[in-house]
Amino acid sequence: MEDSIPVNQKIKHQELGETGRPWEETVTTSQAPELGLSEALELEQGPETGLQPRSSPPTMPLSGARTPDRPVDDLVGLRASFPSSAFQELPSTLSPLALARQDFMAPWQSDKTTSVIPEAETPHFGHLEQLSDKGGSTLHQTCQSKGNTFHQSQQTKYPLYELRDVSDHTSKQKELRFDIFQEDDSDSNCHLDQPESGASQVAPSMLEIAIQNTKAYLLKTSSKSGLNLYDHLSEMLTKVLDKRPENAVDIIENISQDVKMEHFSKKLDTLQNENEMLPTYEMAEKQKTLFLQGNVEGADQELEDEIAEHALPNIMESAFYFEQAGVGLGTDETYRIFLALKQLTDTHPIQKCRFWGKILGLEMNYIVAEVEFREGEDEEEVEEEDVPEERDNGDSEADEDDEDELPRPFYKAPQAIPKEESRTGANKYVYFVCNEPGRPWVKLPAVTPAQIVIARKIKKFFTGRLDTPIISYPPFPGNESNYLRAQIARISAGTHVSPLGFYHFGEEEGEEEEEIESGRDSFEENPDFEGIQVIDLVESLSNWVHHVQHILPQGRCNWFNPIQKSEEEEEEEDEEKEDEKGEEPDDTEQEVGPPLLTPISEDLEIQNTSPWTTRLSSNLIPQYAIAVLRSNLWPGAYAFSNGKKFENFYIGWGHKYSPDSYTPPVPPPVYQEYPSGPEITEMDDPTVEEEQAFRAAQEAVQEENEETEEEEDEEDDYD
Amino acid sequence: MDAESLLLALELASGSGQGLSPDRRASLLTSLMLVKRDYRFDRVLFWGRILGLVADYYIAQGVSEDQLAPRKTLYSLNCMEWSLLPPATKEMETQTSVVKGRFMGDPSHEYEHTELQKVNEGEKVFEEEVVVQIKEETRLVSVIDQIDKAVAVIPRGALFKTPFGPINVNRTFEGLSLSEAKKLSSYFHFREPVELKNKTLLEKAELDPSLDFMDSLEHDIPKGSWSVQMERGNALVVLRSLLWPGLTFYHAPRTKNYGYIYVGTGEKNLDLPFML
Repeated sequence: MEDSIPVNQKIKHQELGETGRPWEETVTTSQAPELGLSEALELEQGPETGLQPRSSPPTMPLSGARTPDRPVDDLVGLRASFPSSAFQELPSTLSPLALARQDFMAPWQSDKTTSVIPEAETPHFGHLEQLSDKGGSTLHQTCQSKGNTFHQSQQTKYPLYELRDVSDHTSKQKELRFDIFQEDDSDSNCHLDQPESGASQVAPSMLEIAIQNTKAYLLKTSSKSGLNLYDHLSEMLTKVLDKRPENAVDIIENISQDVKMEHFSKKLDTLQNENEMLPTYEMAEKQKTLFLQGNVEGADQELEDEIAEHALPNIMESAFYFEQAGVGLGTDETYRIFLALKQLTDTHPIQKCRFWGKILGLEMNYIVAEVEFREGEDEEEVEEEDVPEERDNGDSEADEDDEDELPRPFYKAPQAIPKEESRTGANKYVYFVCNEPGRPWVKLPAVTPAQIVIARKIKKFFTGRLDTPIISYPPFPGNESNYLRAQIARISAGTHVSPLGFYHFGEEEGEEEEEIESGRDSFEENPDFEGIQVIDLVESLSNWVHHVQHILPQGRCNWFNPIQKSEEEEEEEDEEKEDEKGEEPDDTEQEVGPPLLTPISEDLEIQNTSPWTTRLSSNLIPQYAIAVLRSNLWPGAYAFSNGKKFENFYIGWGHKYSPDSYTPPVPPPVYQEYPSGPEITEMDDPTVEEEQAFRAAQEAVQEENEETEEEEDEEDDYD
Repeated sequence: MDAESLLLALELASGSGQGLSPDRRASLLTSLMLVKRDYRFDRVLFWGRILGLVADYYIAQGVSEDQLAPRKTLYSLNCMEWSLLPPATKEMETQTSVVKGRFMGDPSHEYEHTELQKVNEGEKVFEEEVVVQIKEETRLVSVIDQIDKAVAVIPRGALFKTPFGPINVNRTFEGLSLSEAKKLSSYFHFREPVELKNKTLLEKAELDPSLDFMDSLEHDIPKGSWSVQMERGNALVVLRSLLWPGLTFYHAPRTKNYGYIYVGTGEKNLDLPFML
């Protein structure tokens, strides 16, 4: 028990104060209320008390003379004289005597001696008990919460008074008790008090009384907070002396406030703190697995294999270069991402892996990894996603079967442009995202042209949760994962650049015809690349080339002709298509983007703003500086090259820059309800002359009805 | 962020990806020390940088004894030579509000803006095209002032108001608790209060006059113009402004580490209502 410390101390003081004060005194007092209660107790106490000498003469008159002096003082003093430790005992040892007896059974020479005293008194002082109980309970709480520190401060608190006080108070207690116990008290109690009453014998001086009065005032408990100024001041001073802040006088208000705050804040921390910190531990636990993954695999052979053919990029190296450029995540975070990428490459059949960048979200961020699977490992999922489109067709057929023949809308949804095969065009790479290193990697679905087209028209923040629906106009086909994938495709196409000559086209000549049509879409590293001077890279944008295909307005990298497809399907639709063709001639023209490995100097300007900014990483030491490329079209996209190596990186919100503010596109024009023709067009009524002329004509030429009608129609039209 | 603890501050704010290159960091540490001496600032804040097409502006601010007093702003292109910017005025703001697009990185660059002005000649009123020249330096002053007024952030309790008026750094501030750190109401605009006097008596009753003397972020318009994230497994709270993308505020709960940095193009995100 913590209480034992101060109580022990007290005992020492008592011993000092009242030298030769016999131990059995307390026992006898405690005996008093329990007289005749249980024989066992008496039996137990008998031998103990018997051991002590009882030779002191009675001192009743002296103490009796003193008590009427300051009854109030005594009460207050009594209350205050028990520093929390004593009060803490109170609730437990209060009335149930059985409990108290247990206390007595314990070796009473130890801590319990002082705590027994209030127990003995409480039944007799009704009001005092309430008072002390109240004080005790409030103190009790603070004591519990503050633990050891409180007790220590308690000890230091009465450095001067304690010795005297304690002896004084104990004497007072005895005096009080004395009055009450007078009747039942045998001679034992009387002569016990003798030695210490000798101490209090000296008549109190005026100064002392003044001190006592002041102290009593200071010890007054606030009716609101249950605190008293005495304790508060001493706590403050303790704090100041412990912490030794500079210019303590300036911040004394804050210290006072802090001390008071501590009474409240500590109450909470038993339960709430644990809950609060839980996510922190959770994350640490998750990341711990990242750090341990090397150990798990263990075996040396595997390690050698891994080193031989690893897909893991050296992120730390590129992070170093990007740091020179003043971009990039902190070293710590980068390393964690590095480990997370290792986890990814270990668990998936990955041929090539790259840290693509980080996209900021409202609630969480995305760390994006760009990977290429090994041959033949990623085919499974491709088939499944075509199913929903077919379902749509089925629905429209079902509508046709309705008996009532509802008017069919003439609106035909434009031919859905099929998405590109994996490993080609916008779906060349597969992307994995995770919110924080250590969390699971999630594979993003392949992107469809429709998604790219709509993504160009909307501008939404990412939230960080992949399943969030995208609420926008025009409606986006898919949820946040699709939008994220579409933006990644757009950013890659716009900003992935490499020094001229680093890549060159592969030398496969078999499929030339196709390549001419669609632009060549494969390239490989140029083994003869000799590097470009950094200064050249900075000075001329034509030394940088795009190595990701441009995405056409259609949403694909390789143009897909929608009309060919429609001819194959149904003939009726063809005619309608042709009508549309007349209206929208743009559709039929083949969309052509710049071919692969086009220098970025040919990129379009954004309203007089150049799309790229180049810079040398350091002007102070240009010898070892690297070339840094910053995209102005996609703020957050960076590339560096030191002449031989290069890397691309994106960190930002995933939005394209536009100097004008965003305006949502207007809704398309209202579709015509019916084809307007002569039979439903309202015509002017013929005039009298016209009717007469018509009749005349009819009479004249009765056989050729049809022709005249047509003429009339024409006339009407002119009107 | 405080210039004296720049390295730690940059590390904490690095989650947004915008740091400083080692040579910039080193030169800032040296030059800001001298700035503090020459201008006799109480402390110097590294405010951030504005990305220009040709060069970047590095911005620092000096704080006087009274923490909320108007801060003096300095800019530099090479992180060594600093020049003081004039205080922003209303006129500047209206004048530069017409300028769109990116900063160039040349303070003497002049934007041209054609305006239609009505000219009275006798009784007739002509509309005449007038070309207004706006210096980039003026725009820089105005933009910094706008960002400061709109999104400069300080955690509650980091400053306290003395009964005599001046506002001091609260030395007993030991960071927000974790639960408080997640609430926008625990963060204040680091500027003279504007909204505070519009509050009702009932709302004011619960405020502590020595701590709650600034506007909190809670009622910012539009709602949701801040992204609050816990990073590094709840060991760091990061606020990002969506209205001025590029402003990052960081605070490690239960420590005294807090600050904000702006790294961006110096353009307000007017599209915000569409993007939420």
